[in-house]
Amino acid sequence: MKKRVGVLALQGAFREHRQVLEHLGCDVIEVRKTNDLEEIQGLIIPGGESTTIGKLLQIDEMGEKIKELGTQDLPIFGTCAGMILLSKTIINSDQYRLSLMDTVVERNAFGRQVASFETDLLVPAMGPNPLRAVFIRAPYIREVAPNVGILAEYDGKSVFARQGNLLASAFHPELTPDLRVHQYFLNMIDEL
Amino acid sequence: MTDIGSLKVKTGLAEMLKGGVIMDVTTPEQAIIAEEAGACAVMALERVPSDIRAEGGVARMADPTIIQSIMAVVSIPVMAKARIGHFIEAQILEALGADYIDESEVLTPADDSYHINKHDFKVPFVCGCRNLGEALRRIGEGAAMIRTKGEPGTGNVVEAVRHMRTVMSEIRALTLMPKEELMSAAKDMGAPYDLVLYIAEHGKLPVVNFAAGGIATPADAALMMHLGCDGIFVGSGIFKSGDPKARAKAIVLATTHFKDAKILAEISKDLGQPMSGIEISTLTDSQRMQERGW
Repeated sequence: MKKRVGVLALQGAFREHRQVLEHLGCDVIEVRKTNDLEEIQGLIIPGGESTTIGKLLQIDEMGEKIKELGTQDLPIFGTCAGMILLSKTIINSDQYRLSLMDTVVERNAFGRQVASFETDLLVPAMGPNPLRAVFIRAPYIREVAPNVGILAEYDGKSVFARQGNLLASAFHPELTPDLRVHQYFLNMIDEL
Repeated sequence: MTDIGSLKVKTGLAEMLKGGVIMDVTTPEQAIIAEEAGACAVMALERVPSDIRAEGGVARMADPTIIQSIMAVVSIPVMAKARIGHFIEAQILEALGADYIDESEVLTPADDSYHINKHDFKVPFVCGCRNLGEALRRIGEGAAMIRTKGEPGTGNVVEAVRHMRTVMSEIRALTLMPKEELMSAAKDMGAPYDLVLYIAEHGKLPVVNFAAGGIATPADAALMMHLGCDGIFVGSGIFKSGDPKARAKAIVLATTHFKDAKILAEISKDLGQPMSGIEISTLTDSQRMQERGW
């Protein structure tokens, strides 16, 4: 049976995630309102502006509903802005967040847009071949609790992590043709 | 191999801005209001387009002090405008760390024949267009994002609608053309052939396309989203209105929920006076900013 996966579609690169998921055979729901969250088996929070998405999440307490689903083991994958929103602590910021992952995240940690880059990233959990990873005004994970597993590091900085049903990447797997990261997330739905 | 300033990285930031609103600001205070309202980026400039119209004179790149003071107070991307063809202004903006440069017809053009060779830069550029040929010439020069020109500073959305409809219908026409007609189409629209082939095959621009110029209400923003754009630029429409905070927030919501007329009805209430606006037929040719650029 097809998996029914939600992509938060308030702002950002949600269309790219939608296309990857459809390519992998999922039914995709664009989540704009709280009742769009019903009956999804997983949720992706896309790249975009974390402050913008955070403000839109506060309307009709949609963020609180996502938080509730996240604590009830709904698989959630956040890329870039999504990683920021999943984190409990954001350095130097009191912006809205979902506070689901036991991570400390620093925003714009590699500098402004002129410092944005793409690189080959080794992710042992995805096999021996490196992933092409695109970092755009990217954050990184500065600290984690012991229950968080680090899946990849770049330049000594944690950029990919999993905590149970939660997955977070500082880079954008939806901007490259490599499907492994999304496939990994869909496998999490099967495991949980 | 690590690559800084690649096309993927340049176009990637624009992809992240999709579904969002980019607001013109002239002071750090306005930038904070924009970020608070949910803007996905701000555009730092010296005067908003309606003031450029009212005051006349030569409009240039903003003072670096203003740009830096705006970069210091917000965490969202900060864009800045350079005059058409003024590659030194662009180099200065890149050195300041601006996240995107708008080579903009709103400012007084510095070169009346040539645009900036944007491939020379690591910072990405956004450029204006009125039709597909103009969009593809700008992309050929290295633009990583496109916007309609509209007619800035008028509060009148009619030109933005015209430009967006023109681009979208020209894209649709190319997808229906047999391949042997595409070279003539490229010649007629003055567009690079390889990009014409790309459009014919993919049915969309290779970069993000925003709407700009004349957007003054949440309904205007939702209209532009319906016509097929990826997001919205608002300039004078916010800070020349009666209640900038409320209007900025409403335009952000309208851009997200453009398909939901009930939400649009709710957020369009009690926003105070929109900017007064200018009827475009009263403008002389030299007052029409959209005619700048080639």
